[in-house]
Amino acid sequence: MKSILSTKNLTFDYIRRDDEGNVEGITTAVDDVTLDVKEGDFIAILGANGSGKSTLAKHINAILYPTEGTVFVDGKDTSDDKNIWDIRQCAGMVFQNPDNQIIGQIVEEDVGFGPENLGVPTKEIWERVEESLKAVHMYEYRKKSPNKLSGGQKQRVSIAGVLAMHPKCIVLDEPTAMLDPSGRKEVIRAIRALNDVEKITVILITHYMEETIHANKIFVMDKGKIAMEGTPKEIFSKVEMLKKLRLDVPQVTLLAYELKKAGLPLPDGILTTEELICQLS
Amino acid sequence: MIRDITIGQYYSTDSLIHRLDPRVKLVGTLCYIISLFLINNWPGYIIATAFLFMVIALSRVPVKFMVRGLRAIVLLLIIAGVVNLFFTPGEELWAWKKLSITKEGITMASTMVLRLIFLIMGSSIMTLTTTPNNLTDGLEKGLSFLKIFKAPVHEMAMMMSIALRFIPILLEETDKIMKAQIARGADFESKNLIKKAKALVPLLVPLFVSAFRRANDLALAMEARCYRGGDGRTKMKPLIYKKADAAAYLVILLYMIACIYFGRIFKF
Repeated sequence: MKSILSTKNLTFDYIRRDDEGNVEGITTAVDDVTLDVKEGDFIAILGANGSGKSTLAKHINAILYPTEGTVFVDGKDTSDDKNIWDIRQCAGMVFQNPDNQIIGQIVEEDVGFGPENLGVPTKEIWERVEESLKAVHMYEYRKKSPNKLSGGQKQRVSIAGVLAMHPKCIVLDEPTAMLDPSGRKEVIRAIRALNDVEKITVILITHYMEETIHANKIFVMDKGKIAMEGTPKEIFSKVEMLKKLRLDVPQVTLLAYELKKAGLPLPDGILTTEELICQLS
Repeated sequence: MIRDITIGQYYSTDSLIHRLDPRVKLVGTLCYIISLFLINNWPGYIIATAFLFMVIALSRVPVKFMVRGLRAIVLLLIIAGVVNLFFTPGEELWAWKKLSITKEGITMASTMVLRLIFLIMGSSIMTLTTTPNNLTDGLEKGLSFLKIFKAPVHEMAMMMSIALRFIPILLEETDKIMKAQIARGADFESKNLIKKAKALVPLLVPLFVSAFRRANDLALAMEARCYRGGDGRTKMKPLIYKKADAAAYLVILLYMIACIYFGRIFKF
């Protein structure tokens, strides 16, 4: 498979300055990260607050440029200014707060905003808006005002807005952090459908473990570095390690882990309730 | 609920007037306001009244919505009427001490009140039949000739529509902050004006901080979706004149001619 995103020794420093502009201190948010994402993958990046995962996400969309190292999106270098619009079209980004990323006053107008910016002809914009809204099951809300939608619905509109730009890859920066549990489920379902049905590469940044169990690969970040990487099974079998990184494992996994410690013969890395029930009986 | 507030009191229905191009409605409203100040005799007012009610009927907006807009200016209407009625010099009909009602006064007062009423009703037809977004689009396209003079027309229109989008969000936020402050003992109910103004400071500061944060987030989100100004942008809902719009322009033109002819020049 072709590589869609690859970073090499990516390092990013936030430089704090005092009033006169003298350097007060340097915080390295992303430290020597090398990773490679293949087209069609579902990648999850996990990490506690301040682990540098959002900073990493902003590099994929060319909002931030690396201090050191390189980021290539679909074979294009993000630090080259003439690639910037291609990269942003290719790697769409969904942010945390649904209210602060919806521009239109009607759902369909918001979804059309991206294609409008790309200079897509009017007729095609309507086609794209329709297919994107249908992909996230929000088509019947197309005439509504975004202010009247629930958090989960707003976030699905945001996803549709990115989808309408026909990206190869979608980066979601904690899209569920501000949602209630049912909204979280809606959004995760929509994201999984994109990956399964539309074959779009998904990079999901989150600190909810439950959302990552369907990923092909998980990267766990800590203090700007990649601390662990592997499939969900591999990651969640290392319960002690995750706890050390201030992350919670899913309840089921934790239960299975404790049961195993107490002497039950269970395999490592149980991810779903069904799996545990199956193993227990 | 605070989030139900709509700006510009749009009345949602489907009618000929609703479907007109916003530019036509802008021009029409402007012409109507001008015509009200051009006419100076009764035939003129009859034409203006007939035109107004024709448009109201076509717009299918209940008349009570138009009248509702007048409530805000009742006081102004009364003052304008009374002042003109009693203090216009001319042929005296009735007098008591210093107050007198003159023939000119009656004419002056009634035309003044009529003008104000028509002014409000005329412009509320526009806001009642056009969504704020549509209106912004109309302004952008209608004023696009100003781009020759390097006026940032697209940017202004974009700012207007973003402002409109964020009004309900910021209102909700104000509500939240207010409740949080009340919970901690802030007093927003005080009758004392100075105290009231002081109570606003702990409300406005967090509101501004959050508005700036939102603006920053929104700018990022817009850039992430490839927004780079008005050049090279296409429109999802482009404004294109249809036959009905041309007909409407013709009607407006005929109305203006009739107003000038019967309302000013023609002598009975």
